[in-house]
Amino acid sequence: MTASPRVRARRRLAAFRITVFVVLGAFFVVPLLSMASFSVRVPARGRTLDYWKQLGENPELRSAIVTSLELAALTVALMLVLLVPTMVWVRLRVPGLSRIVEFLCLLPLTIPAIVLVVGLEGVYAWVTYFFGDSSLTLTFAYTVLVLPYAYRSIDAGLASIDVVTLSEAARSLGASWFTVIVRIIVPNIGSALLSAAFISVALVLGEFTIASLLNYENLQVVINLLGKSDAQTAVAASLASLLFAFVLLVLLSFVGRRSSRRVTATVAPAPATSTTTPREA
Amino acid sequence: MRRLAPALGLVPFLGFLAIFLLVPTIAVVVGAFVEEDQPSLSNIQALFDDVVMRTLWNSVVLSGSSAIIGAVLGALLAYAVVTGRPDGLLRRSVTAACGVLAQFGGVTLAFAFIATLGFSGVITEIGRDTFGIDLFGSGWLFGLKGLTLVYTYFQIPLMVIVFLPSLDGMRAQWREAAESLGASTWQFWRHVAGPLLLPAFLGSTLLLFANAFAAYATAAALVSQGSPIMPLLVRNALTSEIVLGQQHLAFALALDMIVVVVIVMTLYVLLVRRTSRWLR
Repeated sequence: MTASPRVRARRRLAAFRITVFVVLGAFFVVPLLSMASFSVRVPARGRTLDYWKQLGENPELRSAIVTSLELAALTVALMLVLLVPTMVWVRLRVPGLSRIVEFLCLLPLTIPAIVLVVGLEGVYAWVTYFFGDSSLTLTFAYTVLVLPYAYRSIDAGLASIDVVTLSEAARSLGASWFTVIVRIIVPNIGSALLSAAFISVALVLGEFTIASLLNYENLQVVINLLGKSDAQTAVAASLASLLFAFVLLVLLSFVGRRSSRRVTATVAPAPATSTTTPREA
Repeated sequence: MRRLAPALGLVPFLGFLAIFLLVPTIAVVVGAFVEEDQPSLSNIQALFDDVVMRTLWNSVVLSGSSAIIGAVLGALLAYAVVTGRPDGLLRRSVTAACGVLAQFGGVTLAFAFIATLGFSGVITEIGRDTFGIDLFGSGWLFGLKGLTLVYTYFQIPLMVIVFLPSLDGMRAQWREAAESLGASTWQFWRHVAGPLLLPAFLGSTLLLFANAFAAYATAAALVSQGSPIMPLLVRNALTSEIVLGQQHLAFALALDMIVVVVIVMTLYVLLVRRTSRWLR
């Protein structure tokens, strides 16, 4: 007897869910499909892959792709070198400073990049003086940009292992602090470091604001310029960079899920059990 | 001295942040009060100029409308996700897609919409050839209306990400308790779920507002004429040396943006603190 309003409510909920998924799904999928269609289309002649071939052939685009990939690698390296020892050190020796470090790491989230760039102009006059006028000097600014995201995933990684016990055990066996960090801690937070690296790469490859306003050329700056003369190649390049970021971030969601499962399974895993250590650290 | 020694391990990290985060921020704040190497309030006064005030208002309207649209649609999507199976494929793929799409901004997003609704965009041409409708109009995509639509594209997924945990925090017992006392669905939402979720909803909306307010790249790639919003006005002041007769106007405009973001984020933190009392 009470079943009939229940059934009606359930039917209404199902209708609501289907409507939401279909309408919003279309909103998200249509621009992506349009990009794909736009990038292979020739007026009155059908389809072509010429614009996609341009990605490898256009010299400016090619050097911009290389620059952006180099920037991504350098940013990941600087981020890891700066963040991992500091965060381990804070947990072990100066826990009183952890709030300050957290605050500083999350600060870039509240400062818009367009604001940061105004203040960075003066700093970059000095950077150019010391390091030359290469686009790769953007590494410094990008490391600041990726800091909040990298901090969060590394912090989650460190929280999931018993840093203090592991390092005390290693220290009592005569390991130096360097050995503790590189051979004990890093292998145990491998997936956290990997996800920090992925999100950093995705952010660097998509960055436009700072590069364009400091007059450096990276991938997005060149795509934007190209858009004025050759819209279809620019759309093909956009779609390619987007797909690359998609793949990275989908991989990231798998890494994240696996690590969260491991946390519940092991309290303090021995270093020898971690067979999935990323080697790039 | 011995007690201070461990803190020295932080020197590289703090030194780096001092140079590349704190110095630029302080430079913005100080620079706003300097003109022609002299302490001056003229840049701050220029902020109250008609052009700047109108631009700030445009930015607030754009951020506000895209935040509200994004928050409502995102909350609906989040609710549609939550009512499914918690470990189902649908939920996992929607959250993964939202994680990707919330990061999707900048030049790429602008081109996606130019390819869709631009002058020779795919949907524009379908509308023109098949239905005889002119979707392009007079180029609305490249103005504030277009920006609102385009920003919604990354606001909805962001809303799903930040609002989903609050919906997850709702307990089935609340609904059962309300139903056993004879409440209708409407009464349950009006008197129980609504008030509980409202702080989280408003907090998420503020986060979306700050997100849109700070966005630059999409607008830079999309807007063809003038500087209708604050980030573009900052660009204008940075690249063309003198706007409104002020050399240091970029610093004052940047300070203006910091003030808005700090106000919004403070409200956000207060609301989140209130939410966390109920929903964990």
